Amino acid sequence: MSRPSSMRTPLGRVRNLGSSHSGTSDFWRQRLTAVAMTLLIVPVIVIVLMLIGRNHAGAAQILGSLPIAIILVLFIIASAWHMKIGMQIVIEDYVHNETVKLVSVMANNFFCIAVALSSIYAILKLSSGV
Amino acid sequence: MAEFTLPKNSRITGGKTWPKPAGATETREFRVYRWNPDDGKNPSIDTYYVDINDCGPMVLDGLIWIKNHIDPTLTFRRSCREGVCGSCAMNIDGQNTLACTKSMHDVAAGGAVKVNPLPHQPVVKDLVPDLTNFYAQYASIEPWLKTTTPTPQKEWKQSHEDREKLDGLYECILCACCSTSCPSYWWNSDRFLGPAALLQATRWVKDSRDEATGERLDNLEDPFRLYRCHTIMNCAKACPKGLNPSEAIAELKLKMVERQI
Repeated sequence: MSRPSSMRTPLGRVRNLGSSHSGTSDFWRQRLTAVAMTLLIVPVIVIVLMLIGRNHAGAAQILGSLPIAIILVLFIIASAWHMKIGMQIVIEDYVHNETVKLVSVMANNFFCIAVALSSIYAILKLSSGV
Repeated sequence: MAEFTLPKNSRITGGKTWPKPAGATETREFRVYRWNPDDGKNPSIDTYYVDINDCGPMVLDGLIWIKNHIDPTLTFRRSCREGVCGSCAMNIDGQNTLACTKSMHDVAAGGAVKVNPLPHQPVVKDLVPDLTNFYAQYASIEPWLKTTTPTPQKEWKQSHEDREKLDGLYECILCACCSTSCPSYWWNSDRFLGPAALLQATRWVKDSRDEATGERLDNLEDPFRLYRCHTIMNCAKACPKGLNPSEAIAELKLKMVERQI
């Protein structure tokens, strides 16, 4: 039987550093982005279908429409945000080494921001006809 | 990382098969987890045969029969034998439940009745888990009425409607079947309070007589204490009292959002 090496009381161990008074924002944003993606997914699929087989000029012409560009940008923001929160939860669940956890959470943030910004940049570039 | 294999000293090695009771016409096979902290050996699964014509119908009756007739060293907790005390919680046929309310006839006919201690807890001996952390988590939610208003002469009053809000919460017997069936609790029981403690926290948050609702929510608002619950719902499936800790936790999350938006 593995017994805790510390002589701290069980209640002391459970209370530990106390409540961080956070987590609700991520919980709410995860649901918010999920609803946003549910609403956006149909128009996004239609846009993707419209883009199939088009060349660069054709794609630029479709994305030149303001509503289409906005729908795609909103979808990227919602999905990247959702991806960031979801991945962070997986990391917190399974990675228990504090250093590895910190580095993984940081890398997850960098990755999601990079994916979101590059996608948004590509959409804006095409929609401005460049 | 999450543990997908048992630690070396927890791996199960062979086990003893005890002879069938002499003169028994009908027997039921029991495969029971055994571990003795004093002999330095790994855990094992012992096989026993219970004379079901000389024994009550529940799994606990079978275990008591084994202890009385075959092997007095078999160690387990039991007290009320009617699903009220929560002492005999164990993993039977792959499901956490109370040995006293689980009929051995509900375990697939012909198959052995497999009995293990509650999963992912340190074992004290045989079927007895160490629930120190579980009880400390219960203590951490401060399960008592907290008020600032001076105590009334007679009693704290509560309407029938408000009392009904505690139904499905107050019945919890703290047997730990739910918490020890929860994968989130397996991986993070040092920080996640687990379904039992959170169901009890909901019971006090919803109590109309309590004046510390906000403080209680403050104490729970944490990515690990509360938000490790991913609505897996093993807790609701395991609860031998038919309660739904998952729903109680969802109510807590809703209250957290409610006070922010």
